[in-house]
Amino acid sequence: MEQTAAVERSDLIKTLQKEQETEGYISDEAIERIATEFDVPPVEVEGVVSFYTQFKRIPPGKYHIMVCDGTACHIIGAPLILTWLADALGIRDGETDENGLFSMESVACLGCCSLAPVISINGKVYGKLDRKKLLKTIREYKKAEDSNGRSNQTQSKSTAENTGAAE
Amino acid sequence: MVTRIKVGTASCGIAAGAGEVLQLLRKTAEQHGTLSDVPIVEVGCIGHCYAEPLVEVETDSGRYFYEKVEPKQDQLRRILNLEEQGRFRPNEARAQKERTSIMALAGRIEPTSLEEYRGHGGYEALAAAHEMAPEKLVEEVKESRLRGRGGGGFPTGLKWRFLAGKESDNKVLICNADEGDPGAFMDRTLMESLPHLVLEGMLIGAKATGARRLFIYCRAEYPRAVKNLNTAIEQIRAAELNVIDGHAVDIRVKEGAGAFVCGEETGLIHSLEGRRGTPRYRPPYPTDYGFHGAPTAINNVETFANIPQIVRYGASAFTKTGTENSTGTKLFALAGDLQYSGLVEVPMGLSIGEVVFDIGGAERGGVKAVQIGGPSGGCIPAEHFDTPIDYDSLSSLGAIMGSGGLIVIGTNRCMVETARYFLEFTTRESCGKCTFCRVGTKRMLETLERITGGEGSAADIERLGDLGTKIKQGSLCGLGQTAPNPVLSTLRYFNDEYQSHVEEGFCPALECKALVDIFIDPDQCNGCKLCIKACPVNCISEDFVVDNAVCTRCNSCIEVCRQNAISRVAKGGAVRVAS
Ligand SMILES: Cc1cc2nc3c(=O)[nH]c(=O)nc-3n(C[C@H](O)[C@H](O)[C@H](O)COP(=O)(O)O)c2cc1C
Ligand code: FES
Repeated sequence: MEQTAAVERSDLIKTLQKEQETEGYISDEAIERIATEFDVPPVEVEGVVSFYTQFKRIPPGKYHIMVCDGTACHIIGAPLILTWLADALGIRDGETDENGLFSMESVACLGCCSLAPVISINGKVYGKLDRKKLLKTIREYKKAEDSNGRSNQTQSKSTAENTGAAE
Repeated sequence: MVTRIKVGTASCGIAAGAGEVLQLLRKTAEQHGTLSDVPIVEVGCIGHCYAEPLVEVETDSGRYFYEKVEPKQDQLRRILNLEEQGRFRPNEARAQKERTSIMALAGRIEPTSLEEYRGHGGYEALAAAHEMAPEKLVEEVKESRLRGRGGGGFPTGLKWRFLAGKESDNKVLICNADEGDPGAFMDRTLMESLPHLVLEGMLIGAKATGARRLFIYCRAEYPRAVKNLNTAIEQIRAAELNVIDGHAVDIRVKEGAGAFVCGEETGLIHSLEGRRGTPRYRPPYPTDYGFHGAPTAINNVETFANIPQIVRYGASAFTKTGTENSTGTKLFALAGDLQYSGLVEVPMGLSIGEVVFDIGGAERGGVKAVQIGGPSGGCIPAEHFDTPIDYDSLSSLGAIMGSGGLIVIGTNRCMVETARYFLEFTTRESCGKCTFCRVGTKRMLETLERITGGEGSAADIERLGDLGTKIKQGSLCGLGQTAPNPVLSTLRYFNDEYQSHVEEGFCPALECKALVDIFIDPDQCNGCKLCIKACPVNCISEDFVVDNAVCTRCNSCIEVCRQNAISRVAKGGAVRVAS
């Protein structure tokens, strides 16, 4: 890496995208750090972050659900999908649940309008949804998480025992 | 004998499960013995998105298509054995009416195989362009009467002449791949399926205008497009195809970060510079003062994709397709209430009805309108479906050509709600710089919400028209100048629906929550209690009466009822029906 090369202002968005890719969101600390790096006031970085919908200021859940509210999906039933998800997860558009497991966000066109209505969970697309299919999908994630959680717990317990570390 | 197998893995294919199909197909072929050496490759999208995942088997005696392929070994084995079942036949009407020129190779070749693209005549237009004087190239594009496909319809040749006329060795040419219309995917499909076609168009543009820096500003939500473009750019660099007049032009993909307004030229430039993508007043136009002050021209993805054929076959061949003022073909992303959603390329001048019914397979009599042009466009009612699709006809109806999103709206949808949806979108996406757009769209949205909420008045309808006209006149950029279109066009063609909302408190489509009740028909109900269990707010009593004051109209009960006993009725209708 060349130390002397000044960062180019036009790379600011790219840098923020990289930050979000690794951290999942843009923290206060990241704003300060990137501002220093680009030699601009933090408020300017904050301004760019708040302008673009891609940038998130709160950490997303382990499973990030994007609900397509593009034109095709909206017409075919996205508003109901959002309601059903809100009921099933106890969170609203733009929120992350208490356990940091699920987060939900409505977005414009996921680009698979022929499968409307569509959601994506961590990038995997689920299309032609009705209430039954939607709730089944969510149940499967929850179930996988439950069994996962249990095995994780036993695992960490046995690690603790092995190393003799106390909780 | 099977020579090659192709799996469509553009975004539409992947969403439908093409990834799993590809994986299993590779495994199945390996186990098959005689097929283990047959290449199984990924291709783009042929436009028939409704039939994804699509698999094409090339043999020495012909090609076979299979639609809706599932990742199941026995099914895949049958495909590999070329058994008839599952053979895909596109609808005849579509085959007759569509005209694939820019999409000709989409889904047929490997997107990131420079060799295959060249094998089909790729980069021959660029080679021809090298032999031509820049003025001649610009002239050819002007004579083709190609108009920008990004929405505005500005003559491309004229824009290029402006840029070519600037004295500067720092000129910039930008491909607008922001595709912000939330129901459009033409540009994504082109970039995913034929990145080299777009790049060839841009390189010809560089030769014609003297631009030395090329950018593709791509929506961040399009990772596959970005990946394919970047691979293709590496390939042309390695093959030195980017050398123009002895000078290697710089080509880069820059990702947007989610903002509709960044599709606007000056907003886009600000975003490229790493700032908030707020548009500014024009003039100065980008050709005078663009990216970091350098002379800049911006064209849409599809516009660039049209360039190679113009150079290769000449402007006169190009103008044979389409109408006098709208030459060539246009890509449309069809979605909504129709059978065959996907991407289609048609000659300009085809009627809306031909696209909706013949190509899209929508049910005659089941369609109320089409929405063309997304948040900047308008709704065209079914009685105008014989209108030809060209820039001027669509404008005269209060819609716009737009970039090519075409949503079919069935008779069971509410037009006021549709207008509200688009206004909500533009209100959210307004950058906030000018008052007409920032405050005006907000006031319009509030008015629409009053109407869909059952609290609107006749004065509200009047106010919408008035405010809409003022926002169009007073806004700084194209976002505000076009934002009222979905409302104004529905006011014009579906005024009765607005009237019925405010005068009778009745939503004819039974879509607006505040104007409907949920009613359980005791004659149909068999007492299974599924609805009671499904209701998230416990508003259904043990004797199956819905407390509509508590009900959120989430439709959960309607969805679970196996007797079709539950329905939405006009507010107060339950009482009417019950008595
Ligand atoms: C709010 C707004 C959004 C726009 N979005 C896009 C877009 O997503 N893609 C596009 O090509 N043009 C878009 N445009 C039009 C561009 O500003 C510009 O006119 C176009 O890219 C020029 O290319 P063309 O002449 O090849 O059509 C948008 C305009 C406005 C006002
Ligand atoms: S509108 Fe939902 S995928 Fe396009």
